[in-house]
Amino acid sequence: MVTQISIFLPNRPNQLAKVTGILMKEKVNIRALTVSETSDYGILRMIVSDPDKAQKVLQGSFLVDQTDVIACALKDAPGGLNEIATVLGDSGVNIEYLYAFVGKATQAVLILRVENQMRSKAIDVLGNAGVRIYDPEEIYSM
Amino acid sequence: MSDQVRYWAKEIETMPRAQLQDLQLRRFKELATRCYTKVRHYKQKFTDMKITPDDIKTLDDVKKFPITVKADLRDNYPFGLFAEPMENIVRIHASSGTTGKPTVVGYTKHDVDDVWTETMARSLVCAGVWRGDVVQNAYGYGLFTGGLGAHFGCERIGAAVIPMSGGNTERQIMLFQDFGSTVLTATPSFAAYLAEIIKQQKIDRKLIKLHTGVFGAEFWTEKMREKLETAFAEVNATGKFNAIDIYGLSEIEGPGVSNECIFKKGNHIWEDHFLAETIDPKTGEPTAPGEPGELVFSTITKEGIPLVRYTTKDITSLNYEKCDCGRTHVRHAKITGRSDDMMKIKGINVFPSQIEYVLMKIPGVAEHYEIIVERDILDKIKVRVELTPKTFSDSMAELENLKRTIEKELYTTLQINVAVELVAPNTIPRSIGKAKRVIDMRKEG
Repeated sequence: MVTQISIFLPNRPNQLAKVTGILMKEKVNIRALTVSETSDYGILRMIVSDPDKAQKVLQGSFLVDQTDVIACALKDAPGGLNEIATVLGDSGVNIEYLYAFVGKATQAVLILRVENQMRSKAIDVLGNAGVRIYDPEEIYSM
Repeated sequence: MSDQVRYWAKEIETMPRAQLQDLQLRRFKELATRCYTKVRHYKQKFTDMKITPDDIKTLDDVKKFPITVKADLRDNYPFGLFAEPMENIVRIHASSGTTGKPTVVGYTKHDVDDVWTETMARSLVCAGVWRGDVVQNAYGYGLFTGGLGAHFGCERIGAAVIPMSGGNTERQIMLFQDFGSTVLTATPSFAAYLAEIIKQQKIDRKLIKLHTGVFGAEFWTEKMREKLETAFAEVNATGKFNAIDIYGLSEIEGPGVSNECIFKKGNHIWEDHFLAETIDPKTGEPTAPGEPGELVFSTITKEGIPLVRYTTKDITSLNYEKCDCGRTHVRHAKITGRSDDMMKIKGINVFPSQIEYVLMKIPGVAEHYEIIVERDILDKIKVRVELTPKTFSDSMAELENLKRTIEKELYTTLQINVAVELVAPNTIPRSIGKAKRVIDMRKEG
């Protein structure tokens, strides 16, 4: 399971720079990220090269949480996401949020957050449908 | 019309002070007797202090009696301080307590008819309202005493009352024009808002007949009076407007405890019903006329929930000089502040302790919070709450749920909308000693 880092960011200038500054100094590489926002705050979610280290160096300054997410291969072609969404939907797995990044070659990587109790089911149905699930180490060092 | 001195009960309102004091002495004795014989709380208090109603020989003896505080009402929630059985109670109102439970008051028919409606009628006439006036009552109707108190006072004097209640700005402005309202009863902040909207909408000033505003349920200043009088005079038919202060609190009766006359030199307290004193907030000792102190009332004619020396915590001073209007009843100056931390927001009392009570009930909310009050014409209140590692997750839905839960709980307790802002840990400044929880950014007035 891939570990995602989530950070609570007040909606003010320089908050993101503070996070990235710390990660730069600690030589933690960001693989992928997404931000959700309200008028008051945002949540920055990241896949990084070393989630435990990221948590350790950030938690003095920020609210940080770790969440298990699924990283799976996404065909970088029309219908790629549709295939995965259909497989999960047909199995009654609700996707809470997702984001993607382009990995190597023609594969994109999809980060999926589903309800905790649905996670192993999601992995099973995706695996049965021939979708490749990545190991954490592959993602962290990609 | 509004510059003519009129009385509702001339004989009483202009009664020589010596005679008024005789009446007060007799009535205070009756009050003490009612409390002693009918209310366990007072029986106990008087006994502890080794006093009985028989110890009252002069008005000076009043100060031997215990002060009643809001907490006494809370400790006897809901009806413990009522002196009459429910068969004799005809109305129940409630206002904010200091925590989750409201402060409850009950009225007998006599309290409603002969005390509250009577003093409210006097207050309106004192303010320059009369039969023939059309009063648009924009105080909230409900558990809050403002709406119904003003309403029955209007009917008593024969004015036509429009029970409009608060809010609903567009309709308020439509009725000003269509019904030709001549008097507005509202909180000063809402009145200021209405004046601004009338101006913005460039309404034909011939249609705006308002000549007087009876404004209260919030603290306001002379500066605010100037602002309100100018704002309405700019948009109404006559180019003249009186902004008059009304004062009251549900524990004593609701609006109409005191009211300014058209000379606007302090609020006349209807002393044949409410015996007023000012006390030093620290020592509890009476302060001299003209000296600031907490305003204290004994409800000398009330039956439902008679109170001995109830402290309002409002800071003001008393002026016993006869007024230009001919009334002899003592005047209090504009309320300059509170000796506790109660805030008035949109006419509603709010205690920081109520907000704390709500927050502490919600799991995962840190003890660090701050209350921000702003006036963007209308009052706005926001509570900033620090998140904890326990409440934070990657799920925005959960955070938004937490925010909505806090907002809902705050509404349930306070009966006003509070915006909640979730903030990161250590965002709210820590202070040494008593935490400064409230930031009131409302400008002067």
